[in-house]
Amino acid sequence: MMTATLPQAPFRLEQKRIAQAILLAALVLVLFRNALPAGLLRLPEGLILPFADWINAAFAFARDDLGLMALTRAVSDAVEFCLDVTANMLYGKSRWPNVGPIPWVVIAATAGMAGHALGGWRLATLAAGTFVWIAVMGQWKWAMETLSVIVVAAPLSVLLGLALGTLAWRYRLAERILNPILNIAQSLPHFAYMIPVVVFIGVGPKAGAIVTVIFSVPPMIRMTLLGLRSVPPEIIESGKMSGATRLQLMTRVRLPSARTEILIGVNQVIMQSLAMVVLASFIGMPGLGQKLLQLLQALKIGLSVEIGVTIVLLAIVLDRMSKAWAVKQPAHAEGPWLHRHRLLAIWLGLVALGFALAALHPYFAEVERKQALSLAGPVDAVVGRVIDLIDPVTDWLRWFLITWVLIPLRDAFLWLPTSAVLLALAGLGWRTGGLRSALVCLAFALPIALSGWWDRAMITAYTVFVAVALALMIGVPLGLVGAANETRARRFLLVCDTAQTFPSFIYLIPVIMLFGVNDVAVIAAVMVFATVPIVRYTIEGLRGVPPEIVESAQMSGASRGQLLWHVKLPLALPTLVVGANQSIMFALFMVIIAAFIGTQDLGQEMQRALSSADVGKGFVLGLAVAFMGLMADHLLLRWAQSRASPGGK
Amino acid sequence: MTADDVVISCRNVWKVFGDRPERLRLMPQTTMEDLRATGHIAAVRDVSLDIRRGEMLVVMGLSGSGKSTLVRCLARLLDITAGTVAVEGRDIGRLGETELIDLRRRKMGMVFQSFGLLPHRTALENVAFPLEMRGQDRASRIARARDMLALVGLKGREGYFPRELSGGQQQRVGIARSLAVEPDIWFLDEPFSALDPLIRREMQDEFLRLKGMLAKTIVFITHDFDEALRLADRIAIMKDGAVEQIDTPERIVMAPATPYVAKFTEAIDRTRVVHAGALALPVDGRPVDGEPLPAGETLHALARRIVGDSRALIPLADRGRIAGLLDRKAALDLLLGPAA
Repeated sequence: MMTATLPQAPFRLEQKRIAQAILLAALVLVLFRNALPAGLLRLPEGLILPFADWINAAFAFARDDLGLMALTRAVSDAVEFCLDVTANMLYGKSRWPNVGPIPWVVIAATAGMAGHALGGWRLATLAAGTFVWIAVMGQWKWAMETLSVIVVAAPLSVLLGLALGTLAWRYRLAERILNPILNIAQSLPHFAYMIPVVVFIGVGPKAGAIVTVIFSVPPMIRMTLLGLRSVPPEIIESGKMSGATRLQLMTRVRLPSARTEILIGVNQVIMQSLAMVVLASFIGMPGLGQKLLQLLQALKIGLSVEIGVTIVLLAIVLDRMSKAWAVKQPAHAEGPWLHRHRLLAIWLGLVALGFALAALHPYFAEVERKQALSLAGPVDAVVGRVIDLIDPVTDWLRWFLITWVLIPLRDAFLWLPTSAVLLALAGLGWRTGGLRSALVCLAFALPIALSGWWDRAMITAYTVFVAVALALMIGVPLGLVGAANETRARRFLLVCDTAQTFPSFIYLIPVIMLFGVNDVAVIAAVMVFATVPIVRYTIEGLRGVPPEIVESAQMSGASRGQLLWHVKLPLALPTLVVGANQSIMFALFMVIIAAFIGTQDLGQEMQRALSSADVGKGFVLGLAVAFMGLMADHLLLRWAQSRASPGGK
Repeated sequence: MTADDVVISCRNVWKVFGDRPERLRLMPQTTMEDLRATGHIAAVRDVSLDIRRGEMLVVMGLSGSGKSTLVRCLARLLDITAGTVAVEGRDIGRLGETELIDLRRRKMGMVFQSFGLLPHRTALENVAFPLEMRGQDRASRIARARDMLALVGLKGREGYFPRELSGGQQQRVGIARSLAVEPDIWFLDEPFSALDPLIRREMQDEFLRLKGMLAKTIVFITHDFDEALRLADRIAIMKDGAVEQIDTPERIVMAPATPYVAKFTEAIDRTRVVHAGALALPVDGRPVDGEPLPAGETLHALARRIVGDSRALIPLADRGRIAGLLDRKAALDLLLGPAA
């Protein structure tokens, strides 16, 4: 039977005392900062370890002595062949098989039919409409350049993920090796992946495709493993009793039964691919991302909004279609062949019609630049008007934030002695998880200090801190509003879901539009991006409060306010902390991307490493970002766990 | 009973879960507490039993009594920790992977509590699955699967996917699949427990119909004592991994071996289980007059006639021969309770 009692906060006196002592020591270091020897303020030069040189040496060894270059060249040649095929089909690059480009009407009709098959008329309209929009807005070639890479990279990534996931499922050792790698890989910022790819592959679509595969494979591995693990044991037993061999059991029982998880993995691969392909413009990947980058750098707001809309539409279409595929359950069909396959027949008819139209009039094959519609003029006008209107407000906000919040805070972060920060982190670790967590925190924080990038890291930390604090201030109340009733909660979650599918790059358009190119724009972009998970987890945390606990509180005579403060929020807190954790991860990713607006943090250095193709430096910086994320992850999840299961370990 | 008649034979079978249980020294007198002290859990404890050809053995026990684990040991879905399980004289613990797969492809069928159907295959493809595994050609396996579905009354539902079928229909698919390879040994692991009571009754009748048609060796697992009484030739009652009693339903009801078994039988209407023949006294020269009653009927079925009969000793006939005399007073005591 379910008992309705509030969980009690864990209380371990010993742990609390030690943590307090460590934190007190850190405070003493801060208070007597001016009397401290220089070695405690910042690590002395002699202690800085040349990690970058070591990594570069290892890479040089792998490249020159192990012949890794030959291997990567072979792989990249194979990828290039596939890319040429899709490029020919989608936008008519003159390569084998020389049949393209497929007229846009045919592709739009195909997308519409796929949408209809997966999710009915609404998805059909969305999918077909997106491609019509791309065509009539004259963005066809760029969009196809982007898609031609996704079409190659996503299946490769799925296959690689399935293979590695199966390996991890089959061999304990493989899982033990993969797990920490995946943890770090999923918290490495995008740019960290690009630098080695530039070194080994070069720049262009080929490099873009390969970096996309590498970036999008971790979630596929995770979902494959999860799917294989969660096949009901009776299904496997029934396969065994049917006399299946191991191979038959794998291909015909386990993998098909794990279909939903695997397809959710596919969905994540596609979304990660889109995000990466857009960013790969930094390494010379042509397409929508490159166009957006150029337009943003030239501050052409209207045109970049057009591209932004396209990217957002593509993201929504790809996400909805792949999710619809994941949840779609097989259903039986009856009747004659044509009836059972009517969607296929209609599609064939539409394709024929499309080709006929394209043959009749070139507009249906390709919309030329001068025929394309453009919203840029009116958008620029409206945006200009709005900006004129709110300029006093944004100006004041910018001034206020920069002078009174951002600069003082940044200086404070930089002012803190390294020794005090390390000690404080150890103290926080001890408070949440005892000696082990304290050591974990130090293991993540110390290498950052030793790498010599401490000041840059502190600037990144400060940006994330400010952005997440603001995101909490905005996101939690929004979440409270959203969780008021079930309909509204579902609506809010849908918005959050949709917003999370947008490639992070997109968030830069509105903030540049409003604030121009400066620190406030960076903070605003990071904050908006980081608010989404907070709203989402606040709503989910509040919705997850067991109804019998709410009822028992109501029967105890709690008012709505009391119910919220004393029952719902405490119970929702662990979930909220998980949201804050994700928010920090998002913020870290975004800070690094926002570097091209102009920051002074790790991201800026990473851009420099990218342009000088310095693998070692790029990796050290990437790992510094990853370690900050993993440390926050460890502390917050550890805390949420101990909260969720009091007395548990 | 000759050795040929025994299809499955278990000798001192143990199944212990925990860290490296094969290093334990397991004796018949080892208790659960002994094992728990070393961090192990015994799901099956020193079970020895024989299942004869064509017999239906029902293994009955509450949840956690080890009955499902036992049947998985018999099919070697689980490797046992100690003891031997022999199927038709062959120790299945020693079979290699190919031999084991071959045994399952030819000799064994199994029905699962939550059906274990493959969600991505139609009813027809699910039934054809074991045939596909052993490499039978498409046309013949589809034809066979069609026949099996017709046998369980699912004609016309061949193209449906499991989630489009009701629980009872899904279990019919499961039954058809388990019978597709014409197994000699049929394992049923709580096949009707996930169904609601009305459907359960209907499926039991269906099962009895199939059982009558097919003549197989059956091991049937259930937690429902009524179901066990209704279906079984013999019942094995399990508690904490060990078999408390293995006997015919009648003997279990009339002579429970342990207080635990007795508890189950308390609430049971014995007259529905006990046959008139079980109360038969030897004739021993006493007079046999008038029309005999059939010895193979339950007392409940004969109640009206026993009450209306005026003889103190009613003759019983088994297949045309006098099998003994029924003491009317003893029968009435069972039917109506002892006279006050």
